[in-house]
Amino acid sequence: MTTMSKHTLSVLVENKPGVLARIASLFSRRGFNIDSLAVGPTEHPDISRMTIVVNVEDLPLEQVTKQLNKLVNVIKIVELDQSQAVQRELVLVKVRADAESRSQIVEIVQLFRAKTVDVSPDAVTIEATGSSDKLEAMLRMLEPYGIKELVQSGLVAIGRGARSITDRSLRALDRSA
Amino acid sequence: MTEHAASPRRGDTPAAHAPGQQTTVETMTGAQSLIRSLEAVGADTVFGIPGGAILPAYDPLMDSTKVRHILVRHEQGAGHAATGYAQATGRVGVCMATSGPGATNLVTPIADAYMDSVPIVAITGQVASKAIGTDAFQEADICGITMPITKHNFLVTDPAEIPRVIAEAFHIAATGRPGPVLVDVAKDALQATTVFRWPVETSLPGYRPVTKPHAKQIREAAKMLVSAKRPVLYVGGGVLKARASAELRILAELTGAPVVTTLMAIGTFPDSHPQHLGMPGMHGSVPAVTALQKADLLFTLGARFDDRVTGKLDSFAPNAKVVHADIDPAEIGKNRPADVPIVGDAREVIADLIVAVQAEYDAGHKGDYADWWSKLDEWKRTYPLGYEPAPAGELSPQQVIERIGQLVGSDAIYAAGVGQHQMWASQFIRFEKPATWLNSGGAGTMGYAVPAAMGAKAGKPDTAVWAIDGDGCFQMTNQELVTCALNNIPIKVAVINNGSLGMVRQWQTLFYNQRYSNTVLHAGPEHDGKEPPAQGTRIPDFVLLSEAMGCVGLRCERPEDLDAVIKQAMEINDRPVVIDFIVHQDAMVWPMVAAGTSNDEIQFAKGVRPDFGDDLD
Repeated sequence: MTTMSKHTLSVLVENKPGVLARIASLFSRRGFNIDSLAVGPTEHPDISRMTIVVNVEDLPLEQVTKQLNKLVNVIKIVELDQSQAVQRELVLVKVRADAESRSQIVEIVQLFRAKTVDVSPDAVTIEATGSSDKLEAMLRMLEPYGIKELVQSGLVAIGRGARSITDRSLRALDRSA
Repeated sequence: MTEHAASPRRGDTPAAHAPGQQTTVETMTGAQSLIRSLEAVGADTVFGIPGGAILPAYDPLMDSTKVRHILVRHEQGAGHAATGYAQATGRVGVCMATSGPGATNLVTPIADAYMDSVPIVAITGQVASKAIGTDAFQEADICGITMPITKHNFLVTDPAEIPRVIAEAFHIAATGRPGPVLVDVAKDALQATTVFRWPVETSLPGYRPVTKPHAKQIREAAKMLVSAKRPVLYVGGGVLKARASAELRILAELTGAPVVTTLMAIGTFPDSHPQHLGMPGMHGSVPAVTALQKADLLFTLGARFDDRVTGKLDSFAPNAKVVHADIDPAEIGKNRPADVPIVGDAREVIADLIVAVQAEYDAGHKGDYADWWSKLDEWKRTYPLGYEPAPAGELSPQQVIERIGQLVGSDAIYAAGVGQHQMWASQFIRFEKPATWLNSGGAGTMGYAVPAAMGAKAGKPDTAVWAIDGDGCFQMTNQELVTCALNNIPIKVAVINNGSLGMVRQWQTLFYNQRYSNTVLHAGPEHDGKEPPAQGTRIPDFVLLSEAMGCVGLRCERPEDLDAVIKQAMEINDRPVVIDFIVHQDAMVWPMVAAGTSNDEIQFAKGVRPDFGDDLD
């Protein structure tokens, strides 16, 4: 019996209206769960890149990628192995801070190599990037001071080394354009 | 050449890249561009109904000499007609509707075509682009609605895109695993002035269906086939769609392996062929179901291990290894893991397999299935398809369907609705040729038969087309007989009238203690189905209804009239004919594997489980 595990998929898609809806619709129709989703442009204006984290067993993962591949607007899917890829999330967090606690909070910020991006008399807003584990650890440290508001991005990831997953896809796109 | 255009194609796709073709560049409206594009991709028949948003397209359509528009009575009819046309001819079927309710009425046939992988293109009008998203009159987000039931869909707001989108839609619908594609065109894009250019370059960087199978996998599959003791060629609709019937027959006869054809593949392999065991699944033949259960190798070609075939998946073919060839990689391993996966077009796969199997033979490896055949022959002898005769003086539905098949013959096309009559048609009509059996297999859409038969007849006017329908199905879509009568589409409809929703009634008989809740069609709500109804057994009167729609209406109630009535119908070719066959109400479909149970529990008749020869492991 295989256990559920997190998989990070990098999905290159045509930059067209409705593509995100198609992917979301597919996940919901086939009963796949999305843990995290990040979408943004790439170095090529006609291609967007989605980073999707799914929490599934191996066999359903194969179905996820095969079904995604059937979408006409999906150009390429690569599963990024956690050890072979850099994975990052961004968090913005507003923490209660008065004159007394502010310096302690700033110390935590420095410890995690985060940044203070806004200060007011009774709160500081912190920006931090890193792996999920690191961000979780930081948030645990900040929790006692009182977290007033928190927003977190989806995970983005890129493979280590010189190889690029977009090279060949871009050539295919140029040929067919 | 683009990458996808270089790959071999399945079906008739637009010759958008054909060399030497004259280039056209003309200024015209978006609507004219749409009709010109349809002409250019070779669409000759469109089933549809106009309305506000699509209205601009209907104006140039009136002048087209290449595209015949058939005005249907309900958009659902247009969609199923496009499907019937596509299944009968192998070409892409086309339907057209306006925005909002016109488009949503296409949802059922689109879902139906998606489940059965039928290439159709649905063209819908959309409200003007500026009004999109404002809840304008007759606005529906049909692209959003059909996202999970189309292979792909397009929203066109720029008239310049119309030719490219139409070329891409037809290409996507017909190639790879075929399926429905919807093109939603905003009204202002139809009205605007644009430039029509043909041929067009398509741009589908994410669409590259694999048709050529991997040579290593083919060799592996051939090795497994010759070393198997109890193989079965498990053949699905993919073989039919790939037009690989001839190749399949060569492979079957070369290897001597038994063949089963699923509901979607009926006709792909001749029913009369001695190696044919019949249809597997819930109402499959005992030899076919049992062969799969006892097999040591499922040699799967263009089939998808549907739950109606496998029964309880855990106990399906427990000792079999699996070779699974399909053009859709997502089907492989979806329900049943494959030992040898092969991605490719069934025709190329089978052609390559023939060569690979021959090479195994040349190397002295030949399969020996003699023991297997002695078992199979015994099952075929002991458990042939059959039915109990109706009480004296009554017509049995199976006999009606069997007799139609015998008198009309194997050259005709048969379209069935969904339910008991569909299963009996699959069992008791002999199908010898591909694309002569049209039905709604995956979606199970009641009401499919009449409009699908209409579409088939429109596409193949010289072929006899019979709809085998139930009285429940018939009451869902019979209005398309008006379309048939007015457009010289003389189909025949055999209504197998048992006065009830027969398949549901069968389940109530077997699993709900004969409590016939809402399955008796010809009586009011208080009727329990046990006593004859007080009145209204002829509501509606199908003969009168058919006459009112411009058809010839006939009725047959007694076995002795059966042949004469069928022959009478066969003689009439200037109008559609409807025969109301009043049949025995309690007939049931056998064999049967109850839903959710193992195929080992197949019942040959009520309460009768075959002796499975359990000496085989």
